[in-house]
Amino acid sequence: MTETSAAFWRGARHSLPFTIVVIPFAILFGVVATEAGLNVLETMVFTVTVFAGASQFAALQLMQDNAPTLIVLATALAVNLRMVMYSVALAPHLGRAPLGWRAVMAYFLVDQSFAVSSIEYERRPDMPIMAKVAFFFGALLPVAPVWYAASLIGALAGRAIPPEFALDFALPITFLAMVAPLLRSLPHIVAAGVSILMSLLLAGLPWGTGVLVAAACAMAAGAALDWRMEQGRSK
Amino acid sequence: MIDKAQLWTVMPLMAVGTYLIRFSFLGMLGNRPLPAWLTRALRYTAVAVLPALVAPGVLWPAATGGQTDPARLAAAVMTLLVGVITRSVLGAIIGGAVTLYACLALVG
Repeated sequence: MTETSAAFWRGARHSLPFTIVVIPFAILFGVVATEAGLNVLETMVFTVTVFAGASQFAALQLMQDNAPTLIVLATALAVNLRMVMYSVALAPHLGRAPLGWRAVMAYFLVDQSFAVSSIEYERRPDMPIMAKVAFFFGALLPVAPVWYAASLIGALAGRAIPPEFALDFALPITFLAMVAPLLRSLPHIVAAGVSILMSLLLAGLPWGTGVLVAAACAMAAGAALDWRMEQGRSK
Repeated sequence: MIDKAQLWTVMPLMAVGTYLIRFSFLGMLGNRPLPAWLTRALRYTAVAVLPALVAPGVLWPAATGGQTDPARLAAAVMTLLVGVITRSVLGAIIGGAVTLYACLALVG
């Protein structure tokens, strides 16, 4: 096996555990989108072109609440802003790959491919550049095709699910489940707390704007506390 | 129901915006480091946006006409608890769903 194909399969092996998380999450997106009135084609266009689950859920929820288009876009893109960090972190490792490859990798830059690739590149900085590219695509193999397929299954099954299943609550549960493991430091906890408190206080604002203001306050609170704690450590 | 004109405006713009976010440094800006304050703020985006999106709906769900619902509240709390303890997204979803259905079955 060449070094490149070995790297591809190593990437696939490393991200294999994500498959089990992606399947229910993608099915849920298909179901929730269908419940919100999207047909199968619309659901699949959404999931294939955007390819960022949390922001897709956020956009669905805000559109259902009749939020203005600008607010929907601002909030959904705010959910994806963390990917700027991913892009920054991978640039030194992948910057020398041909532009065409980097353009395709950008589309596939998701939580899972970033997580396993950044660890691998730190561990093996001397990998040839095309082996690094191959590892990245290998890491997508257990994630991306499964994401598309499971979304489709959810979209096809969506209409068959009766209201007793309380699917209205699938979305809040999914978001809370994504946030909980992030609460690993005091600034993260404070940011989440401010986010909850402000969104409740501002719930009376025209729907959607309260979320943005609350998120901005929460981000500032987390970053400020993070900064103060770092200052404290360096003294 | 979602307005289709809005949907077909939001989807392409979201797709392009999300792609540009991902392409930014990997594609164009190369090895330029981000200012420290920006990295710091970006670290907290997910944890700042997602709770604000769900908190009002957890306390005042649309499905019950805005009345606080013990089953949904308990499910939300359980989801957070399981997620914090196990650090597993899937575990938290299962914990929340089981709680929701158990409470709904008890009440109904």
